[in-house]
Parts: sequence; structure tokens; C-alpha cells
Amino acid sequence: MSKAVQRIGFALVPVLISLLITALIIVIAGADPLAVFQSVLEGAFRSTSAFGGVVNFWIPLALCSMGLIVTFTAGLWNIGVEGQMVMGAIAASGVARSLGESLPNEALIPLEILAAMIGGGGWALIVGILKTRLGVHEIFGGVALNALANVYAIYLISGPWTPPEGGSAQSTSPFPTAALYQRASGDFPVSLLGLGIALAAILLVALALRGTRWGLHLKATGKNAKSALLLGVPTVQSALTAFMVCGALAGIAGSYRALLTYGSLRPFISGGIGFLALLVVLVAASRPVWTTLIALIFAVILGGSTRLRVALQLDQSLAGVLQGTVVLLVLLANGLRQRLAEPRRPRKEAPRATVERQRSVIID
Amino acid sequence: MNIELKHIHKRFGAVLANDDISLTFSAGRIVGVLGENGAGKSTLMKILSGYQRPDSGLILLDGQPAAYHSPLDAIAHGVGMLQQDPLDIAPFTVLENFTYGRPGGLSMGRQAARKALFEIARRYGFTLDPETPISHLSIGQRQQLEIARLLSLGVKTLILDEPTTGISAEQKTILFQSLRALARDDGMSILLVSHKLEDVIALCDEVVVLRGGRFVGGATMPATPEQLVGLMFGQPLPPEPRPAAQLGKPVVQLDHVTIRTPRLTIQDFSLTLRAGEVVGLAGLDHSGQELVLRACVGLARPSHGTLTIGGRDLTHKPYRDFVAAGAAFGAAGRIEEGLIAGLTTTEHIALTATTGALVNWANARTITEAQLKQYDVRGTPASPVETLSGGNQQRLLMALMPQSPVLMALEQPTRGLDVESARWIWAQLLERRAHGTAILFLSPDLDELIAYSDRIFVFFAGRFCEVPDVRAATIDQLGRLIGGDFTPEGR
Repeated sequence: MSKAVQRIGFALVPVLISLLITALIIVIAGADPLAVFQSVLEGAFRSTSAFGGVVNFWIPLALCSMGLIVTFTAGLWNIGVEGQMVMGAIAASGVARSLGESLPNEALIPLEILAAMIGGGGWALIVGILKTRLGVHEIFGGVALNALANVYAIYLISGPWTPPEGGSAQSTSPFPTAALYQRASGDFPVSLLGLGIALAAILLVALALRGTRWGLHLKATGKNAKSALLLGVPTVQSALTAFMVCGALAGIAGSYRALLTYGSLRPFISGGIGFLALLVVLVAASRPVWTTLIALIFAVILGGSTRLRVALQLDQSLAGVLQGTVVLLVLLANGLRQRLAEPRRPRKEAPRATVERQRSVIID
Repeated sequence: MNIELKHIHKRFGAVLANDDISLTFSAGRIVGVLGENGAGKSTLMKILSGYQRPDSGLILLDGQPAAYHSPLDAIAHGVGMLQQDPLDIAPFTVLENFTYGRPGGLSMGRQAARKALFEIARRYGFTLDPETPISHLSIGQRQQLEIARLLSLGVKTLILDEPTTGISAEQKTILFQSLRALARDDGMSILLVSHKLEDVIALCDEVVVLRGGRFVGGATMPATPEQLVGLMFGQPLPPEPRPAAQLGKPVVQLDHVTIRTPRLTIQDFSLTLRAGEVVGLAGLDHSGQELVLRACVGLARPSHGTLTIGGRDLTHKPYRDFVAAGAAFGAAGRIEEGLIAGLTTTEHIALTATTGALVNWANARTITEAQLKQYDVRGTPASPVETLSGGNQQRLLMALMPQSPVLMALEQPTRGLDVESARWIWAQLLERRAHGTAILFLSPDLDELIAYSDRIFVFFAGRFCEVPDVRAATIDQLGRLIGGDFTPEGR
């Protein structure tokens, strides 16, 4: 079997198996799997407007995924990406609320995006500082800051930003139209600006990791921070900038949710997209092109599944089942492939030691 | 146990580590496995002990073909390997570590294990207290524990990888006595992988020699070091003449430096290094010499005293300031501190050579090709560094260091290297020294210290003394000092 065939096999077989498993579950639930799959595809592609919904889900997912590729390269588990999205949404909402009536759209959007980047990037920087200065692992710091960001959003919605007509803690008042991302058309309700930013982010992250000194520094820090430091890499700076870039991209993703998807600030506005992005990047093994495609597939499955209830009286959480099995099986296939590939190093070099060493060096 | 290896092949990428090796090891014999770095002896021993699988070939144990897939499998077949760094688990006690790997899960009670450990320890003169945490043991004791554990698992073949690195002379005597007893009385086969020819000569009944992945010959002992070196390299190497020192002005100054760690304190250490001077630091592991060396590049922090390089006061400054002042550091563990596993040689060169924001990969590749050639690194610009052998990794590290630093601080610059690679490294170092680089190095190899140092400091439990006249120093004298005898007679 040639290498290319093998590679494609390892990509396709887990997807096929997860389709089979999902089909089995659908049969057990008493429905027709083919009808379900057809309905999902119809839900995603039946019209440009439906596909627009898929793209609107894909844009923030792709932004977060590209950010996470950066932090993964630096050897960091930025699970705080959810909170960074929320803080981006809050910052953008703040600008929309305070200046939405007084500035035109062309001036507002750049300000909102900037605020979102600062909000998300700053929130990520806190995780970074906790890690590098105080030795708090980024997973714990991230989880704590995720909770804080969500609580802060709920506080704003039910407190200072509550609608004048009386709040139900469901959302703020709708933002003025001038403060929102402009949709391309009624038939294709996607912001071309948002799409452009996402595509630019994909390109820039891919290029930065491949061709810049910063990208090389991130890679060195991620693989062995101690050696990297001795070879002259500013490891603390690498870790902090990786966090900030990821946070800034997640912040833009959050602003897209607030200023396009909902047009207001809501509790849990990230909708789990940050966590989903973690899965996307894991499945794609941090490769930008694959990340982009897998994010699109997930967007299709999740976007299309909203139609399940209408068409087949099935709950749309079925899409979650398919997505979950895909993730598990692809990761399983990746592990299997690594095991089958000739081991370069003897097993005695356990990863445990490297993780400890890395931590001790990124901490200044 | 009789072991037959038949047509063992093992390839790593472009490197054929074991090329059709067929060997026989007889029961009751102690066999030295010799070869320069990258000769394939580690790979062969890993295959024999189940850490790696051969691409093809056969292992026969007492005439029976054995196919095993893990070290545990190999132990079940009676083959156990003592790694250079003992594979124990630090927070646990001697007894707890002793019980690992036993069949039967939890069924073996502590009392039975304690008794088994006691029996083995008594027989071989090991000093192992069952309740001591591993972190309180010396390397030599951890080795004894690992041997005891393997013996209690019923191992009939024992493979030892550089077992005398980092252990005391007394522990070495105990180790050798127990190995001889195991071979003589129990009929065990013992394979010794070592670069230390004096150990091989003292212990082994015969040697086998690998070169470039192939078995090239063997000898029955006794043999002289020259004969063994001849087998390893094809011809004996003449001793290197000691080059004359031309000292310049003082470039590195440690003034009344005190370094405290929870384990030991180095009080009031002063040292002036002049341009072109080579100063050696001696001592048992963790006697304080490592701290002094690391303090000279900002990797250990003195609590008192001042430190200057090239006239710049760098006290309490971080590593990068030392580098900016012209210091270069080479750690003992190359792949842990120095090189980055997973990155290619080209990526390493690009890391140190790139100054702008963008990486010029074509340029980095050209530089890498030139550097690999100049430093005789056997690898390609696309080779991940972890696939290089120890000697090639060390040469790559040399290539990554600045051309003419003010100070080179090196931990065991020739650790694990064969004679030829070690000489090559020192030729490079002496060339830089001739251009005015001061060299501070530490080494467990007394010959190396005496051969290359202009001055030697010996450390013992944080105390230190300078060897009065290095040109007249002897191994015996250094040995006494390293053992802590700092009296006038000891010096």
C-alpha cells in the first residue's frame, strides 16, 4: 500500500465507521439513517441562506481553531479559548452600546474588532501570566477564567446592560444596526468582512508558523522549552505572544457571535465553539488546511442538523453523537498510525519528564 | 543462558543501525560489547532486552527462538537490562520499587518482598534499606536496587549499559564482585556495554566489537587497552600531546561567590579565568561543581558575591545577558538541554542564525549543509536531531555555539563519546581556546581533566580546593581529593 493511499485511508476510514455507528444508533432510535443524513445535508445546502448559516458558524470556529494552532504549537493547552471568545464579545458589545448611535458602521466595526481583540487577547494574557509568573497550569487558569467571563457576561446582561423595558436575563437590547457586521444579502446572510478576516487569519497563521522566526520560536518552545531557552529563544515571550494571538482571534470570533449571529449580548454567547475548535485542531493535528476543512465539515453537520426536528421529529443533538464519534475515531486512527509508524525513539523516554521540564522553564 | 543472535537488522530512517549481526553469548561468561558512538551497540542491546524490535533476524535463547514485544516480555524470557539511568520511580521507597514488575499483582506481600530483597542484598553486599525513598539514594545504590529487582524476577541474562558512570569506586568494586559471582556461581550471561576500557579489562572474559552497525571481531581477555582501541578503530591512537597555553587578560571573574541550595552550600568561591585558559572542575556528582559552572552562565543564582564576564557585572542577571556578554553553555544532557527533539538540524541552525523576522529556509539549509560538513555531523539537513547518535549530537551542538565566545562553560563535553569523537571535540575546543576563549568544564573522567586543564578545582560536598600543580598531578592524587581528603597530605 502506497503512502498516499495509506494516508487517505487513515483519514476516511474513521469517518466511515463513525457514520456507521451513528446510523446504528439512529436505527435503534427507530428512524431511517439515510433519511437523517439526507436531511442534515439538505439542512446545510438546501439554499444559499441555509448554507449562509453554516458559514456563519464556520467563521468563529475557524478563527478559534487558527488561534489554537498557535498555542498548540507553543505546547500550550489554551482551554481558556471559550472565555476569550466571551470577553471579545463583551468588549465589542461595549463599543456597540456606547458608540452605536453616534458613529457610522464603517468607523464602528474596526473599533469593535479592535476592542474584541484587546478583550480576548488580554483575557488570554492573564492565563499566560498566571502560567509564566505564578506557575498556574494554563488548563486550570483557563477553566477558571472561562467561568469568570461567563459570570461577568451574565452580570452585565442582568445588571448594568439590562434592557430598559426590564430584563429577563436573556440578552441585552438589540444593538443599533450601524454597530453590526453587515450581511452580504438576505439570500446569503454572511458578513463578507468576517469571512475575509477568517480567510486572512488562516493564511497568516499558516505563513507565520512556517516562515517567521516567531513561528520557529513557538515550535522550539513547544517541543523543548529548556533547550529552546539555552539556544537563545525567549520562551516566556513566545508563550505570552502565543496566548495573546489566540485570544485576539477568539475575541474576533466572539464579536462575530454578538454582532452578527445574535445582534445582542447573550449568556454563554460562545455556544461551545471554543471547545469544538479544540477538537477540530486535535483531529487535524494542527495542520492549517485540514483544520479549515474539518471546521467546515463540523459546521455542516451542526448547521444542517437544525432541520432534523422539522423534517423527522428527531432531536438535533443527534448531530452531537455523529460529531463525537468522528472525533473519537479520528484520534484513535491518529494514535494507531503513530503506533504503526516506526518508533523513532525508544519507549523509555516518557513524555512525563518533558512536560515537567517544559513547565519549569516557561515559568520565568 | 546461551544467547544466539542471528542476522539482526535494524534501520532508523537512512541509518542502518544493525546490519546483519550474528553473535553468540555463552552462559557463565562476562562479555564486553565495544564500539564507537553510533556503532549500533545500544540498538542491539535494546533489541535483545525487548525495548525495540528488529526489522528482521532471530533471537535464540538456549536454542529456542524467542519473540518478545516488550521489556517485560524479555524479563519473562530471562533477559533483563540495567539502563544507564536506573528506571526507578523517585517518590517511592526502595521496597516499593523492588516490587514493581512482579507477576501476581498485589498478591506478593511486603514481608515476602522485604525478605527477598534482604536475601539478595546480603548475598552481594548491597546496602539497601527497604524504607529509604529513592531520592535519597546514590546512583550506585539505585543500580544495586535495579539489579536486585531483575534478579528477583528470575533474570538469567543481565545487560548493563555504562554501569560505572557516576558511581563511587567502592560501589564499583561491589558491582564487579557481584557480577563475577553471578557469572561464576549462577551461570548467568552478563553483557557489559561500556566506553571505559579499564572496566572492560578488569571485568570481562571476552569482548565483541561493533563498527558501523556490523560485527567486526572479538577477542578473549586479557587484552591491553591499545589492542581494544585497535579493534574498535582499526588502529591504536597515539596519546595527544598537551598543547602549550598562552594566557591573555582576565575575562571571567567570580568574586567571593556563595551559592546555596537545599542540599549543599558553596561558600566564598573565587575564580579568575584568563583568556585562553582551561579550568577543569572535578568531584563526584552533585558536589557543587555543577552549580559553580552553571552560575558562570546565569543558570544558578549566587546569594552573595559578584560575577563579571569581559568586565561586565552580570551578578543576578539572566542567562541571555550572559550570552550577550559572550558566554556559551553546553549541558551534559544534550537532547534534554541543548537540542530540541522533533526539530531538524536545519531548524536548529535557523534558530540560532536567524536575526530578522522571517526565516530564510533556503539560506538556512545552505548554512546547515556547510556546518554539517565542517563539523563532521553524520546526518542530513532534514534529519530530526533525535535520530543522530550521541557523538553527532555533540558535534551539532558545537556547530550551534558561537564561533569565538569569551567563555565556554561545558558539562561533560565528551560524555558517552568514543575516544575518536572525544579527541575531535577537544581539538575544536583547543582551537577556540587558541583564539582566546576561556574554557570551564567539568568531567568525571580524571584523565580528561589532567590532560586538558591548566588548573583544576576539586569539589566535595560543597567544599572545594585547587589542585596545587596540575602538570604534576596524578590520577591517585585527584582520586583522593575527589573522595574528600583535602588535608595537606591528600593534596
